[in-house]
Amino acid sequence: MISIRDVHKSYGDFKVLSGCSTEVGKGEVIVVCGPSGSGKSTLIKCVNGLEPFERGEIVVDGISVGARGTNLPKLRARVGMVFQHFELFPHMTVIDNLTIAQEKVLRRRREEARKKALALLDRVGLREHADKHPGQLSGGQQQRVAIARSLALDPICMLFDEPTSALDPEMINEVLDVMVALARDGMTMIVVTHEMGFARNVAHRIVFMDQGRIVEDAPTAEFFASPRTDRARQFLSKILHH
Amino acid sequence: MYEFDWSSIPGALPFLWQGMKLSLAITAVAVAAGMVWGTVLAVLRLSPVAPLSFFAASYVSLFRSVPLVMVLLWFFLIVPQLLRDLLHLSHAADFRVASAMVAFALFEAAYYSEIMRAGIQSVSKGQRSAALALGMTPLQAMLLVVLPQAFRNMLPLLLTQAIILFQDTSLVYVSTLAEFFGAAYLVGNRDGRLVELLLFASAVYFVLCSAASGLVRVLRGRVAV
Repeated sequence: MISIRDVHKSYGDFKVLSGCSTEVGKGEVIVVCGPSGSGKSTLIKCVNGLEPFERGEIVVDGISVGARGTNLPKLRARVGMVFQHFELFPHMTVIDNLTIAQEKVLRRRREEARKKALALLDRVGLREHADKHPGQLSGGQQQRVAIARSLALDPICMLFDEPTSALDPEMINEVLDVMVALARDGMTMIVVTHEMGFARNVAHRIVFMDQGRIVEDAPTAEFFASPRTDRARQFLSKILHH
Repeated sequence: MYEFDWSSIPGALPFLWQGMKLSLAITAVAVAAGMVWGTVLAVLRLSPVAPLSFFAASYVSLFRSVPLVMVLLWFFLIVPQLLRDLLHLSHAADFRVASAMVAFALFEAAYYSEIMRAGIQSVSKGQRSAALALGMTPLQAMLLVVLPQAFRNMLPLLLTQAIILFQDTSLVYVSTLAEFFGAAYLVGNRDGRLVELLLFASAVYFVLCSAASGLVRVLRGRVAV
């Protein structure tokens, strides 16, 4: 479904990504982890073309992201993305956050969009907050709304960019629960996260990045039981030993 | 000791009210057109396309470097002449009101564009990313997500600029067009009571503008919540 082949990107002299390659199959859940500054977020932002890259190729459902002439808005409408800081639109109500792209991008009728939005708010347990503004919700609630907003466009896959990093600890689980349910429903997901519990339980594969390279790409059990590289072993011992 | 004589004011009120209506009309048109054109300029200024950004920057810097009264005079002296020649209209055709509106709109757009530029930059980059990630085009992201927030953040400043613009309409008197200040001046001159009429006009400007500023302060408090 998603193939990333030898992707390179730099900011001036600084190489953010050097030669990243991986494949994500339909229904697969991939967790991308690694120290900060290793290029994880940049890599998933390349997948929907929010970040341009200089070399290599990313193909999503048969469409090349970096190719000249690719209709990026059309592609992005099919690839959901959830951000670290939620990025709900603060000047709109929760329900309008869920309907605006359905109406303006997919050209769905207002009634159809509302129905879909309410069903999704139900699914993330926030239907009664439909007419509030995002600022009136807690961080965890906002992130659940953001997930629902992405799902409203019926994406073929979802990208999560550190979805729980900006949350208070007691709100992390409500967001992870929604993501686990999504994974169990067979959604194709690439998740950048430090939540190793989530990774262990849900991910099919772990991609470990360091200094712009994918240094390890292994099935979950194998990654946790016997990481092949020293760098991954160090990383795991640092984040699991507390 | 100067003896004040206010007796010419009551009789002149209908004429002064005509003048006030003209002042308000020029203000309304200039605020609306200036905000729209100013917003377009702000978007061009922030565009990655160098010629567009250069055009907007030059425009803003030109109009901010020239006194408003000069801009008005160009428009009163040159533009009507041009229009008459271009459209082959009679010399009686009076373009002064339209000239004033266009001149104010073009001049104020330079100031509005600076306010809107700050407003656009006050909206986090993540908002645009989120809009694009939902499949919006860059234009949709700007119109549906960034500009409404920029406008809301800058509303108090935009309104304050509108109040300044209302005061600036008094400069129209250089065209002998009888907007409020010009009307007061004419009456004062006619009756030899310039001091009284100008004091009265000042009082009216003061009351209207300070009331409007008060409203903006209340609004600022509401928006900040």
